Amino acid sequence: MTAADDVLVEDVRLRIAERTARELRDGELVNLGVGIPTLIPRVMRDDQAVTFHSENGVIGFEALDEDAEPDPSLINASKQPIQEQEHTSYFDSASSFGMIRGRHIDVAVLGAFQVDEAGMVASWHIPGRPMMGVGGAMDLLVGARRVIIAMTHLGPDGSPKLVARCTLPLTANRPFDVLVTEKATFERRDGRIVLKDLAQGVSLDELRASTPMAFDV
Amino acid sequence: MSVTFETADECVSRIPDGATILVGGFGLCGQPYELIKALQRAGTRDLTIISNNIGEPGRGLGILVRSGQIAKAVSSFFSTNKEVLAAHDRGEMELELIPQGTLAEAIRAGGAGIPAFYTPTAAGTRLADGHEVTMFDGKECVLQRSITADFALIYARNADQYGNLSYFKTERNFNPLMATAGGTVIAEVEHVVDSFSSPELVATPSLFIDVMVRKTLENGLDPVQGEAQ
Repeated sequence: MTAADDVLVEDVRLRIAERTARELRDGELVNLGVGIPTLIPRVMRDDQAVTFHSENGVIGFEALDEDAEPDPSLINASKQPIQEQEHTSYFDSASSFGMIRGRHIDVAVLGAFQVDEAGMVASWHIPGRPMMGVGGAMDLLVGARRVIIAMTHLGPDGSPKLVARCTLPLTANRPFDVLVTEKATFERRDGRIVLKDLAQGVSLDELRASTPMAFDV
Repeated sequence: MSVTFETADECVSRIPDGATILVGGFGLCGQPYELIKALQRAGTRDLTIISNNIGEPGRGLGILVRSGQIAKAVSSFFSTNKEVLAAHDRGEMELELIPQGTLAEAIRAGGAGIPAFYTPTAAGTRLADGHEVTMFDGKECVLQRSITADFALIYARNADQYGNLSYFKTERNFNPLMATAGGTVIAEVEHVVDSFSSPELVATPSLFIDVMVRKTLENGLDPVQGEAQ
């Protein structure tokens, strides 16, 4: 990839993070998973009163100020530096996942490889390769009260990620609630996927052409 | 009551070939680098390492991947270190993937005398293969055995001379859990005080700690960098 491609990819990821941030409601405690979700603190509006949780043992953090010195002892799930707020607290990994499975976390924002019409999520394993990483994704899908998937609409090779039925191994039995890509935002209502809004400059025809997953309009 | 201080090399000389070792940290944050480097110098082989990640290429636990000392790794996320995949593909390293919350709880339970527990995490997925599954309250749950190990290598920012520990920010992660689940627990600590300003500050009581190492900054280099190779 060229430097220009890198900028383009980062721009797409930030737009997904921005749209996802608008799904968060004041007062919610929100876990941020690895990847695009950890960009969300950078794009929050000042008037949003949301508290972030990170699986590695911290509640109450924000994006690192541009002129701040990164502290290697304070990182998010993507292992990037963050900074404290007035109400910050720290805890061990068993307590952190107790909060997650114990239904104390309002929202989990997670990335994914594939999602499907039943709301199922595949986010951890490509068959034929060794099982390399699951992290906290299975715990978060099982335990968070609301699950938002924030991911690019297509894979790096241009293949669809919103499919009729996941072909990759599932992360949990539980479906997502909201799905945000750079092209559109969807939500699940009564077991069906419903288009909530289209991104600026994206037509419904264009969305349908890149979305094998059936959805209501 | 006071705990003994040894060098990192003296500490790891207790660890035989084939040992199972819990190693604290989330990525490189909160890993006991001096103890990991001492293990590399000792050349101890056929180790089973249980840690949330297996370092990064040539950094943290990654130095033991390069030196071929790890026979098996148990972790929730190997993907931070591509050299783990390469070692696995060469047939040199067995890998066991466990969801992070299940891994943390298995260590907590292991240190607390609970031999196994049920969790809804991983139900209906390939990571439930080989596990007994039972319904509780209409929810499928997976039976998970607890985890203990011969040794635990942990990191704490502050200690007193008795072996009471406190942690700093997100360096805490798996360290206090692993302190309870290792047969012999070796703590690498950054600062040692005579006693904490208040006993309320102690996060891990000294009873769990067998021996301590003071972290040293060799040549003023950032220990996070590990061994440049």
